[in-house]
Amino acid sequence: MENDLMLRIEDLHVFYGGIHALKGINIEVPAGKIVALVGANGAGKSTTLRTVSGLVRARQGKIEFQGIDITRESAHHIVEMGLAMVPEGRRIFPNLTVWENLLLGSYTRRDKEEIKEDLDWIFRIFPRLKERVRQKGGTLSGGEQQMLAVARALMSRPHLLMMDEPSLGLAPLLVKEIFNIIRDINQNGTTILLIEQNAKAALQIAHYAYVLETGSVVLEGRGKELLENEKVRKAYLGEE
Amino acid sequence: MTWVSFFQQIMNGVSLGSLYALLAIGYTLVYGILGFINFAHGDVFMLGAYFSFFMIGVFLLPWWLGVIIGVALCAIVGMSIERIAYRPLRDAPRISALITAVGVSFFIENLGLVTVGARPKGFPRPELMKNVYILAGARIQGVTFWVPIISVSVLLVLLYLVYRTKMGMAMRAVSKDMETTRLMGVDIDRIILYTFALGSALAGIGGVLWACKYPQINPLMGTFPGWKAFTAAVVGGIGNVVGAMVGGFIIGLTEIMIVAFFPGLSGYRDAFVFTILIIFLLVKPSGILGETLKEKV
Ligand SMILES: Nc1ncnc2c1ncn2[C@@H]1O[C@H](COP(=O)(O)OP(=O)(O)OP(=O)(O)O)[C@@H](O)[C@H]1O
Ligand SMILES: [Mg+2]
Repeated sequence: MENDLMLRIEDLHVFYGGIHALKGINIEVPAGKIVALVGANGAGKSTTLRTVSGLVRARQGKIEFQGIDITRESAHHIVEMGLAMVPEGRRIFPNLTVWENLLLGSYTRRDKEEIKEDLDWIFRIFPRLKERVRQKGGTLSGGEQQMLAVARALMSRPHLLMMDEPSLGLAPLLVKEIFNIIRDINQNGTTILLIEQNAKAALQIAHYAYVLETGSVVLEGRGKELLENEKVRKAYLGEE
Repeated sequence: MTWVSFFQQIMNGVSLGSLYALLAIGYTLVYGILGFINFAHGDVFMLGAYFSFFMIGVFLLPWWLGVIIGVALCAIVGMSIERIAYRPLRDAPRISALITAVGVSFFIENLGLVTVGARPKGFPRPELMKNVYILAGARIQGVTFWVPIISVSVLLVLLYLVYRTKMGMAMRAVSKDMETTRLMGVDIDRIILYTFALGSALAGIGGVLWACKYPQINPLMGTFPGWKAFTAAVVGGIGNVVGAMVGGFIIGLTEIMIVAFFPGLSGYRDAFVFTILIIFLLVKPSGILGETLKEKV
């Protein structure tokens, strides 16, 4: 399985009206790995994930998930196929309880028994959520909401989990916790495509990474290599 | 006013209120999810009465079966309206959908006027509704308590569907955040269709019960109840299901009490309800149970 491709993005072009947001990017995510997508604000990172999950339509190019073309597939089918996303800004459902948020994450599944087991597993990873199952999502703290967003995405049992800035706005200790969890999830067999502002942390855990700049991939390589790269250090790690 | 007649008025208010509540749910569900007022909703209420009228009066089906088919037809009409008129406008500005809704309403009303005519028809009521019962010395017609009993039961079923089923959970999620709901693997087109089916079925049931209470039906009978139910939805907090029910009972009881306590003002009962609407829109547009105006991303 090591060499299987989970996701392949080929020559992807996306427009918002007249704005050319993605200008023919190519990205590959091998099965079982953590791949990071870094880049400045407005580079097109979120657009890439949103296009993969079917929320935004590509003008040109191809997206393959586990060898199947999903470029024109509807968002809910893509989830059913095993591709989940933690959207930018958490986006938990404030009017639903924590429990309901999690159940909604498992919406595409029919295996009641296993859903129960997965909930137990989720509560082992995120004990704080367990204490708050009856609470409305909107009453959670920012960090708890972020955990709920990750947990909710996991409830679909994805083969590929895409995360859009899961550490945004979290205190340093929580950021560390989230990154540890990401690593654990990956070691449990879930492939991960990760967007991060926090480039350093992302490159440290990523097996492979892409650097995006105004809609194009300008650099790619193994996470550790990019960490050493002069250009990356200057532009994204804020070093002189 | 004697206690008996006061009790009767309360019953009347609850009965009328439960009908407004049934109708208000549809406004609130659609507004909650799509953000516009479905003006055609009152006309689906009217169709409920007519469909049942034809099933029972013309096709001579037993009453209960005629009503079930009539209500099912309402659900189908509701889904068709969504599919044909509203879905193509999903991404258009709200005002387009609003204007379309007015158009659909005119279309149904005028289609009714052309096909069945403006002359009111007598609605066939079952014996159950017509029977007179003696309760604490007062003569009460079956319709007085069967209407609230049936509609409150239906409202309880609805609460169950919205708050205790997977579909209901998806409906509540869609009303907050359509895009993220799609990321959960929910086919939102299906949820929206289901919402219209549910709201329209409730309107259909409301129309039938209304016709049992006021057994003269005409193609414009949905207009005023529609507006009042809309008022109820606003009063309760539009977008909020429980609010729509509370609002329905408030409007129904207020209307009946005005007439009971100030018979001289009974000509103003409609005006009074719409005054409430205007006051709420000006002073508390979020209603009693609504959150401070929902922001849509
Ligand atoms: N819905 C939209 N309509 C118009 N333009 C958009 C829309 N969404 C994104 N854009 C534009 O597309 C470009 C890429 O945006 P995107 O959100 O993908 O960037 P990003 O790399 O995720 O940035 P950030 O790090 O700030 O989240 C930006 O120039 C942005 O202004
Ligand atoms: Mg982004």
